[in-house]
Amino acid sequence: MNNPQLNQDGQLKHLLSIEGLPKAILKQILDTAESFVGVAEREVKKVPLLRGKTVCNIFFENSTRTRTTFEIAAKRLSADVLNLNVGTSSQAKGESILDTVNNLIAMHADMFVVRHSQSGAAHFIAQHVAPHIHVINAGDGRHSHPTQGLLDVFTIRRYKPDMHNLRVALVGDVLHSRVARSEIHALTTLGVPEIRVIAPKTLLPVQVEKLGVQVYHDMHEGLKGVDVVMMLRLQNERMNGALLPSAQEYFKTYGLTQEKLALAHPDAIVMHPGPMNRGVEIDSAVADGSQSVILPQVTYGIAVRMAVMAILAGSTI
Amino acid sequence: MNIHIQHGHLIDPKNKLDARQDIFISLGKVVGIGHAPDGFLAEQVIDATNLIVCPGLIDLSARLREPGFEYKATLESEMLAAAAGGVTSLACPPDTDPVLDEPGLVEMLKHRAKQLNLTHVYPLGALTRQLQGKELTEMCELTEAGCVGFSQADIAITDTLVLFRAMQYAATFGFTVWLRPEETYLAKDGIAHDGEVASRLGLRGIPAIAETIAITTILRLALETGAKVHLCRLSTREGVELVREAKTQGLNVTCDISANHLHLTEYDIGFFNANCHLKPPLRSQRDRDALSIGLADGTIDAVCSDHTPVDDDAKLVPFAEAEAGATGLELLLPLSLKWASEQKIPLSAAIARLTTAPAQILGLDAGHLSVGSNADICIFDPQHYWKIEAKSLISQGKNTPFLGMEVAGKVRFTLLNGRVQFALSPTGG
Repeated sequence: MNNPQLNQDGQLKHLLSIEGLPKAILKQILDTAESFVGVAEREVKKVPLLRGKTVCNIFFENSTRTRTTFEIAAKRLSADVLNLNVGTSSQAKGESILDTVNNLIAMHADMFVVRHSQSGAAHFIAQHVAPHIHVINAGDGRHSHPTQGLLDVFTIRRYKPDMHNLRVALVGDVLHSRVARSEIHALTTLGVPEIRVIAPKTLLPVQVEKLGVQVYHDMHEGLKGVDVVMMLRLQNERMNGALLPSAQEYFKTYGLTQEKLALAHPDAIVMHPGPMNRGVEIDSAVADGSQSVILPQVTYGIAVRMAVMAILAGSTI
Repeated sequence: MNIHIQHGHLIDPKNKLDARQDIFISLGKVVGIGHAPDGFLAEQVIDATNLIVCPGLIDLSARLREPGFEYKATLESEMLAAAAGGVTSLACPPDTDPVLDEPGLVEMLKHRAKQLNLTHVYPLGALTRQLQGKELTEMCELTEAGCVGFSQADIAITDTLVLFRAMQYAATFGFTVWLRPEETYLAKDGIAHDGEVASRLGLRGIPAIAETIAITTILRLALETGAKVHLCRLSTREGVELVREAKTQGLNVTCDISANHLHLTEYDIGFFNANCHLKPPLRSQRDRDALSIGLADGTIDAVCSDHTPVDDDAKLVPFAEAEAGATGLELLLPLSLKWASEQKIPLSAAIARLTTAPAQILGLDAGHLSVGSNADICIFDPQHYWKIEAKSLISQGKNTPFLGMEVAGKVRFTLLNGRVQFALSPTGG
């Protein structure tokens, strides 16, 4: 089966999921991102790599942070940016996704950043757009959120450069998390030897171990000796119901506190893709504590998204 | 018209015929096998050299989309597809719009089908009004109108008491209840087999227990009520196992699978191929292997096309939003032949799953070629290789997971009541 993300020469054509991306491309993105970290610290925070290009953010599902960081990334690359909240416009009028996208292509958009509530939506769009168009998946259902996965491994690499000697734990709602899936694929591709998932059985997908992870249900066991703790967001609507009895019980069993964090390696870093539920999955003292790298994640997110856009644009020139 | 089919290899599983035999047809009936009756004068001779001659295929599930979904397919387009696929009898599920829950609708459908006269159409009536699982339909009236059984199509009855009553009532009159076993809550919002692929792709899963729990319930109710039950479209290994046990214990139950599930697994979804969005979902390799074994050993009685033409627009959306279903009438024969050749199943055993067995389930005197029987005949070339493409299909539905695949087995002639209703043009179209 052809990898729909790569062109015939094996270069990145779309960024749809981390799964199936060669290690070399992952490294290319991370290395390119390194060179963009400095751009934000300059007085003029712009490089002309995407001058004259139009980047279109189509969000079929609401988002503030991801859309904003994509917008900043595109603007720092000198692209023109168009933001479309489709949830509130054409889709509500019954227009199909393809019609929405093709209308924007007719307006000469070059690159699409797409978020959609259905798994596979980005793949679907990528399969049906004209060949010169690039698609970046900004989150599709429970499937994938590749730039988040990339910025997370970028952050890890900055703090823990020896990826081949790491223990990483993902804690929380893996079942519904596209972030978790992307992180797992990014970490396995980069050769991280031990990835753990820690969650109750109701929040784990079936056969999750086939993704290359070890399963823990006891957080105290699972956190022992890990170098990285990645907390996952628990959606409000999942806190009380058939998946979990209450936010309080969840915090007690799977919330990250200083006490539980003490079980990890003393130098362990704490990450969270945001937005955080303080007091549900993470205690404020940990979120704001010395081991937290949650805000640097956001900063690096811009550099990583710049790198992805620059590489995609470069693949056509 | 008097027709002489000569030099063909006749396979009729019911009569245990598997040899070179000529067939003689007069006034819609088979009048001679091997020898012409006295004074027989052929008006048409069909040369079946190197071809297989078998009873017309009987498909236990083909959606013709009328009434209500004519933009997806019409009776005419799908009956032509049936003829091109060698299918001479088919059962159609009641999930049309309006639902087949009133005798008038069934009579209309039978009448329209009869006028077109391309294949015999046997409607399944709705088991409950509007398929809502609340009130029973007028099963006796519907049977008089032409229904051969009662089904819920893809909408399972949630209320077990209603299911119990429906089976009791059907059992009173000896009607067969056709159920696709799926526990509603466990399958809710699911779109793919709850396994490795769904976990990877982030698709909501339908666990195998949704099927096994439903089968267990249905079989217990069948035992209690004495209803004749036909389980539709099994998909799991454990499901086959439950049916095998029930049959061993002598329960009056039959079952079928779709030809899609005989060949495909969850892995065929690949990168969200919407043509692989099917009901029930494509399951694991282990499940598929169990279906294949079950079909071979007779636990699974029949294989059907589960023909469901879907318009392109309904598939041109993300996987989960795509309408489930695939075209299948023209693929039933080649996919069954592919199974037989891969699993080293004798051709006559494979043909039995498409003729004798489904005829028995439907209670029809069909699916065999005896002197005096209706001349519903399929003549095919088992060595004719062709590529499954939109343009090679007559059905209005062009969506199938098998697009692009090359298969062996092409129907050359289909006879219905002794008349040639389909003949493959020399160019192959």
